[in-house]
Amino acid sequence: MAFINKNHFWPGIILFLLIIPLITNSNYLLSILIIIGLYTIIVQGLGILMGYAGQISFGHAAFFGLGAYTVAILTTRFHCPTVLALLGAVLLPGVIAALIGRPTLKLQELYLALATLGFGLLVHIGFTEGMELTGGPSGIAGIPYLSVGSFVFDSDIKFFYLIAGILILLSAGIKGLIESRVGRALRAIRESEHAAETAGIDTAALKLQAFIFSALLAGLAGGLYAYYITFISPSPFSFHASVQFVLMAVVGGLGTFVGPLLGAALVVALGEFLRWAIPVVIPNAGGEYQIIFFGLILVVLMIFQPEGLGALGKRFKLSTQKLPGEGYSTKFEAEKEGGL
Amino acid sequence: MASLLILLLATGVLASGCGSGGDSAGEGVTGEEQYKIGAVLDISGKASSLGTPERDTLQMMVKQLNTQGGINGHQVDLTILDNKSDETEAVLAAKTLIEKDVLAVLGCSSSGPSMAMLNTVQNEKVPMISLAAASSIVEPVSERQWVFKTAQSDKVTVGKITNYLREQNISKVAFLYMNNAYGDGGRIAFSEAAKENNIEILVEDKFEASDKDMTPQLTRVKASQAEALIIWAIPPSASIATKNFKDLGLTIPLIHSHGVGNQKFIDLAQGAAEGVILPIGKLTVAQQLPDTDPQKEVLLTYINNYTQKYGSPPDSFGGYAWDAFNLLVNAIEKAGPDRAAIRDELEKTQGFTGISGVFNISAQDHNGLDEESMVLVQIEDDKWQLLE
Repeated sequence: MAFINKNHFWPGIILFLLIIPLITNSNYLLSILIIIGLYTIIVQGLGILMGYAGQISFGHAAFFGLGAYTVAILTTRFHCPTVLALLGAVLLPGVIAALIGRPTLKLQELYLALATLGFGLLVHIGFTEGMELTGGPSGIAGIPYLSVGSFVFDSDIKFFYLIAGILILLSAGIKGLIESRVGRALRAIRESEHAAETAGIDTAALKLQAFIFSALLAGLAGGLYAYYITFISPSPFSFHASVQFVLMAVVGGLGTFVGPLLGAALVVALGEFLRWAIPVVIPNAGGEYQIIFFGLILVVLMIFQPEGLGALGKRFKLSTQKLPGEGYSTKFEAEKEGGL
Repeated sequence: MASLLILLLATGVLASGCGSGGDSAGEGVTGEEQYKIGAVLDISGKASSLGTPERDTLQMMVKQLNTQGGINGHQVDLTILDNKSDETEAVLAAKTLIEKDVLAVLGCSSSGPSMAMLNTVQNEKVPMISLAAASSIVEPVSERQWVFKTAQSDKVTVGKITNYLREQNISKVAFLYMNNAYGDGGRIAFSEAAKENNIEILVEDKFEASDKDMTPQLTRVKASQAEALIIWAIPPSASIATKNFKDLGLTIPLIHSHGVGNQKFIDLAQGAAEGVILPIGKLTVAQQLPDTDPQKEVLLTYINNYTQKYGSPPDSFGGYAWDAFNLLVNAIEKAGPDRAAIRDELEKTQGFTGISGVFNISAQDHNGLDEESMVLVQIEDDKWQLLE
């Protein structure tokens, strides 16, 4: 493992992303990566909210949906330029998060989870009931492609590069955020809200900002989703999706930088793999079996790697490099949290 | 950090592995090249009651076809994938199949996933035959050149009902529907048809698929001057509404949609379904059809084959799959293994006798079924009785 050091890591990732379309002409592979990318955008925001600010949200499918519906309604009903509609898809969830965030974030732990859950259900009902505007349960078809000037994102390759670009920018931004004063303050809130307040951190404002930020990202992903599939209905934005986003965040590893990408990649890839593998093992088996295997794999993962996939790298590094000082203390903590 | 790269690569390997796998039926024994066909069905998830009989029918059909020598001597390799009734998964499954160079994609079982796949097949120029109901899957045809469907559109079903209402001189009705894509499609189609036929809708109300009591909605119907009630739903909620209807002592004619066209509806209604009128595909009443009916022979053969293999008679969903499969086989027979030619042949299909009706597909109509494809039945002694 020593041949990949930290300096090579980011250029390596970027290079890898750029050459994928050159080594494959599979639109299937590209669309899997696009879907993973879209989920990663959401889970990145959720990761900040859960991993750093220590707040749990079961309502992010609602922000995802609000973004998608904003794009769908603005482009099909009002013929708004696509870039402008995408901007709306980012802003509207942010504004709504700001409105509901202040009262909601006063709640703690389970109550907060319940409040966001309720919000998610409410928005989902809104999509189903908003007949003329949202198309009701039948949804909205005929969403145009995203276009910047005369450049239209109408193929998987173009969309892949768009998502890859957004992800790289986003990751760089989040890395900066985590290592900044704000990031440290957020982590302080997660460890102990009271201690953070005593240290002079405006916890309420920071939690709200983290919530808004995560809503903006979910909205962005939703808008891009609408442009990619070009059809939306209420069903991808149900409570089930919210749970799946939380699952991706937890599996990937809370408070780790690469966690969101790993979590989204694992959940999507595992689903695709099982769709292919289960019928080979058990002919005539439907998706119910996939769900059982999926659950088993996740339970095993959580037993042996409770910090999520993002923390795997830490283990590798420690076992191969034996860093003095800081490294040892991290290893000690990892073992402690791992529940040896 | 290194693990990330490994995982990404592993993802890639996994993903490309999926492309070559699948549930393939009918391995060829002849020297001729195999023809590949794909299907994306809602085998699990909330629409699994639709997808399962469709899968069973397709597996039976492809086996039969291959033992009879396939298409022009080419064995057919059918890959069936499950979309878990999910729209995003349907898109990914469709792309998997297209990567496998299938000649056409059958599916999905329900409207949402079918709509989600549209853009993919239009872009990749792959013929698709949907098994779902919503008219919007094939309309407007100018934006859906590659998409066909075998299930009767809401328009056809609604036309059957408005005809009946006109014959009975009923001009004031109440309309209740289930709050999902199916019920909503029915509401849109019925309110349009009602306007054209001067039928007044006095009460329009909805209920959730999971509701356990529709008495409030039905009380409104009772208080109105409605001369008939139309309910657009599927069991169990359709059965509950029917029970509530009887409990409230309503005596106006009760008309359901084809969504209740299975035994489950009658069983769950516990006797309350007596007298219910509904439009339905001919499959359910095949034995009662007059011998002059062009579909009778096809229907009875399908029922026999299916019952022999699976031990229970098929339902109309399996019929949609039967139609889609045979329409496609016919088109491939004439066009050969070429996606564009297959599409053109599908569009030229005339007088094709299937399970859901006699198909007359044209450049303006990618469904090709008219009101003749359905019959009205009444439930008597827990059995379907042909009304005409």
